[in-house]
Amino acid sequence: MPLKIGAGDAGHIHDHAKEAYPEECSGVMVGMDVEEMKIVVDVWRAENTHEDERSRRFLIDPKEYIAFDKRAGERDMDILGVYHSHPDHPAEPSDYDREHAWPGWSYVIASVSEDGIEDMRSWVLKDDRSGYDEEPILG
Amino acid sequence: MTKVRIPTPLRQYVSGNSEVEVSGGTAGAALDNLTDQHPDLRQHLYTGDGKLRSFVNVYKGDEDIRYLDGPDTEVSDGDELSIIPSIAGGAAGGRCREL
Repeated sequence: MPLKIGAGDAGHIHDHAKEAYPEECSGVMVGMDVEEMKIVVDVWRAENTHEDERSRRFLIDPKEYIAFDKRAGERDMDILGVYHSHPDHPAEPSDYDREHAWPGWSYVIASVSEDGIEDMRSWVLKDDRSGYDEEPILG
Repeated sequence: MTKVRIPTPLRQYVSGNSEVEVSGGTAGAALDNLTDQHPDLRQHLYTGDGKLRSFVNVYKGDEDIRYLDGPDTEVSDGDELSIIPSIAGGAAGGRCREL
């Protein structure tokens, strides 16, 4: 299912990735499913609470998830997925990403280097957790 | 019966419901009954050797059951359990690759 992210929201993800560099950034994308398309209405930054190695790890605290979920529900929206950055790494999910992924959510990965955003792609975990399917990002 | 709140990514395995009522005197028993009713949930909650995945949190009310009695945490009628995702990930380990 394609993921539609407007230029403004894509720009927020890019800005977050560049500001956090060389550490990873993360956040959630909220919106709705409409006619076989996931439409992102807003992106919300999360704090990277991973204790160390934040250049290659991120963690969103469960309490922050609870707050995001509540905030989305109040706006009649759902959390559609998660974005995060891969500093100096390709925009492809790692085994570590796969081990921690939730089914059905879109995982947008922004590859960022000291020169800026290199690439941004979106992935969905396969039902049997064996890997990912890439989904198109529409502007 | 205990109410279990289901996070959005897992609702596809419980007919789209945000809450499911299950029986069981402990959190572990309630989750077992939940996954017995909805077997496709199991692989997303438990590892192959039957341990709750590290990024799956189960709260009784506002408290993580890891800080109560874990799976042995008692639940009774009217209690609410919530499955709460820890969201984690990151790039592959080792040396950074040239882009």
